Amino acid sequence: MDLYEYQGKELLRNYGLETLPGIVAGTPEEAGRAAETIGGTVAIKAQVLTGGRGKAGGIKVVNSPQEAEEAAAQILGMDIRGHTVRRVYVEGGAEIDREFYLSVTVDRTAKRPLILFSTEGGVDIEEVAETKPEAIFRLHVDPLLGLLPYQVREIVFSAGLEGDAAKGVSRTLTNLYKAFEDLDASLVEINPLVVTKDGHVLTLDAKVTVDNTSLYRHPDVAELHDVEAADPQEQRAQEVGLQYVKLDGDVGILGNGAGLVMSTLDVVAQAGGEPANFCDVGGGADAEKIATALDIVTSNEQVESVLFNIFGGITRGDEVARGLLSAIERTGITLPIVVRLDGTNAEEGREILAENTPENVVTEETMLDAARRAVELARDGRG
Amino acid sequence: MAILVDEGTRLLVQGITGREGAFHTGRMLESGTNVVAGVTPGKGGQDYEGVPIFNTVEEAVDKTGANASVIFVPPPFAADAIFESLEAGLSTVCCITEGIPVHDMMRVANYLKTKDATLIGPNCPGVLSPEKANVSIMPRDIFTPGNVGVVSRSGTLTYQIVNELTQREIGQSTAVGIGGDPIIGTDFIEILKKFEADPETECAVMIGEIGGNAEQLAAEYVQGEMSTPVVAYIAGFTAPEGKTMGHAGAIVSGGESTAEAKSEALREAGIRAATNPSEVAELVAEALGQG
Repeated sequence: MDLYEYQGKELLRNYGLETLPGIVAGTPEEAGRAAETIGGTVAIKAQVLTGGRGKAGGIKVVNSPQEAEEAAAQILGMDIRGHTVRRVYVEGGAEIDREFYLSVTVDRTAKRPLILFSTEGGVDIEEVAETKPEAIFRLHVDPLLGLLPYQVREIVFSAGLEGDAAKGVSRTLTNLYKAFEDLDASLVEINPLVVTKDGHVLTLDAKVTVDNTSLYRHPDVAELHDVEAADPQEQRAQEVGLQYVKLDGDVGILGNGAGLVMSTLDVVAQAGGEPANFCDVGGGADAEKIATALDIVTSNEQVESVLFNIFGGITRGDEVARGLLSAIERTGITLPIVVRLDGTNAEEGREILAENTPENVVTEETMLDAARRAVELARDGRG
Repeated sequence: MAILVDEGTRLLVQGITGREGAFHTGRMLESGTNVVAGVTPGKGGQDYEGVPIFNTVEEAVDKTGANASVIFVPPPFAADAIFESLEAGLSTVCCITEGIPVHDMMRVANYLKTKDATLIGPNCPGVLSPEKANVSIMPRDIFTPGNVGVVSRSGTLTYQIVNELTQREIGQSTAVGIGGDPIIGTDFIEILKKFEADPETECAVMIGEIGGNAEQLAAEYVQGEMSTPVVAYIAGFTAPEGKTMGHAGAIVSGGESTAEAKSEALREAGIRAATNPSEVAELVAEALGQG
């Protein structure tokens, strides 16, 4: 789960990271009042769950409450990479001396947390990695030991830091790692981390991503989830533990297991069709879950046909079949549904379907045939 | 021969009395697997389908000589269950549980390095050696004994491909689902090494996904050190960037992690890379000289 800058900063402040004073605003008037409260030069920053807001014009530096109101009016409602700006963060200014980059992330290959530090802050880190790789310092942490003081010294010395900057970065890194661990984060990134002219080390921008699977032990973080920012159907799917992703075509896809679903998308594309969306019901899906999934997939108006591809393992074919029938009955779906059922209890499932086949349901034996059929039916549906 | 599990496997089921644990214990028993013990804290002394239940893994190992375990424990307690089985000295631990926090798995994975044990998963379908041992939630009817080793990040896609192989009368030595999470116990390379060393495995099938670079690393190993032919398939050619595709680990986050880029790297390493599950079976037949 991605957090907004203001949310991330609030969490990081609990770990002793220093930030500038800031206030969240949802209207230009609120932004104006916030600028007045903070005083002096302030930055009006779009709050969106995507990068590149600076380049998109989502950050403006202003010198009065009046200007703050005007800037907020321009930024609020702006579309940044498909995300609508609904809030701005009004933040105080600072006299910046140097800018760094600091992050902790999960390195899948090493299976350890990875710290990245760079003296080239405030710019795209991927760009630095390409153009000036020697400016990035990397360090893996053993999660069983945690971050050790000598590792912090290693980073600070290899980056050539001295004095206040060295002390401030050491403290920030230690605190940031603690936050990464405590919050079950998959990413904590400060870019830029700045040293001010009076020697303070400040978190100027913060990106915090918390691992979804750990939210059960972070109810306070889970509450920060911005329901309005998500696609309503994706939101509904998430609430019942389904994975739903919206795409652009006209074949709705419902399957079990990420791999099989991705493969189904591929096969539909190879059959000349375009997936409208997909819903992964995951392992052990029961009838109720299947019914909700079908409802979600077909609620997308672009959908002309549905491909229902289940290969049961922990998911049982008979439950899938019952779920499908109850979903059709409950929602009155008339769209053509192509069903392909295999694996655990598939025979029982096929029997249940054969006994009560609704008019709009056709069954196919193989995934390839099912994909071709669904593509054909979608084409017919478009007329 | 097979890898990881075979006739010598003495299996312990952690979470044997839960809904999934109980259901799949029944199926593993039906497959002829030697399930010697179950563990559910607080239910020690009872039994399930004739399998004795213990309160702790240590006691179960002590009393039954179990040498492998399969875990059906809910996510908040799963990492603890893995530690418990590793501490008890089990050599093969297979964790089916989906949704274990990433930080828990980082600790498990680093602890695992200090042990001479193999952890398969989590978030995986398990391991099955046809007609020898079924330590999995895989539907056993689709398998047939033979010489193709299958290793996969995905559960249901494995079933799909095994099914295609069996329909072409191509049997399997062992199928291993290594799991779709960002942090897993065992990667492709370690399983491919076992297939390479297994005299019975004449061809290996590697089923990957978008996200990460595990397939590229495996390709380097295959090119440098493997003589057994490998057929691969990467799912997710049509996956959009930045969207998690069901598995927490399946997300296109950079140029290298797309299905296209991965398939290309595999081909460059001399691996036959298919574009859909049916083609996998065709390429395996070809590799075995049956095309």
